[in-house]
Amino acid sequence: MYRGQTGMWAWMLHRITGIGVLLFLIVHIVDISLLGFGPTVYNEGIALFGTTVVRVVSLALIGALLYHAFNGIRIMLVDFVPMAVRYQRILFWTVMILTIVCFLPMAYFVIAPIFGVNAGNTASGV
Amino acid sequence: MRISTGYGSRPVSGGFETFTWYFMRISAIGLVFLAIIHLILNHVTTDVACTSYQLVAIRYANPYWRVYDWLLLTLALLHGMNGLRVVIDDYVQSTAWRIRLVSLLAFLTLALFMVGTVTLITFQPVAGSLGPHCLK
Repeated sequence: MYRGQTGMWAWMLHRITGIGVLLFLIVHIVDISLLGFGPTVYNEGIALFGTTVVRVVSLALIGALLYHAFNGIRIMLVDFVPMAVRYQRILFWTVMILTIVCFLPMAYFVIAPIFGVNAGNTASGV
Repeated sequence: MRISTGYGSRPVSGGFETFTWYFMRISAIGLVFLAIIHLILNHVTTDVACTSYQLVAIRYANPYWRVYDWLLLTLALLHGMNGLRVVIDDYVQSTAWRIRLVSLLAFLTLALFMVGTVTLITFQPVAGSLGPHCLK
């Protein structure tokens, strides 16, 4: 009944993306704590996020967070809306489509600088 | 914190597990907005290479940004660590190891919460740190 169906994949992806986002959160709390060491140290840390490798890793973070958020909403719908359970499959595929639709434009802005493309969000100054 | 030992009768309603079940859902509603807006602000509308010390100095001049970030820190950390606790309860079969790992998790949660909170509260930009904030 459950094994191999959409519910199993949704559950598995929810765990994997959750652990991935949590790992990033731990790193992120530590890198933000560099603020206390002044601009030079902090900006050296932030500069890492602008490198090609970390930009690509950020794509995984963005995809994971979007999926986890949309699937979380699906879980709450199934928990609290009695009729939602009848639309399990539609809800799961809606989550997947929403994840991809939101991911693509965000990914464009994240990877554009790798190819020297100015996406309009890298202008210097305040 | 309740650590599952695998002994005793089934948990009844109420208690820590029911509380965390609701907490996960309530924090999730906040996090959907807090985390996605945070992601858009620091990876889309502003490129990540521009999220420098100088930008933090501008944002943190407004205390609401500190409140926003502190809420995100607190909810995300508790939501994530509780999720990992459930995963540990699911896969670690030895009671002794489960207790060790969940205790370590509780300690790590407290330590990270303190590091994050202290960073947010104590941040004072050094003199002359305002200015262009995109790196390179």
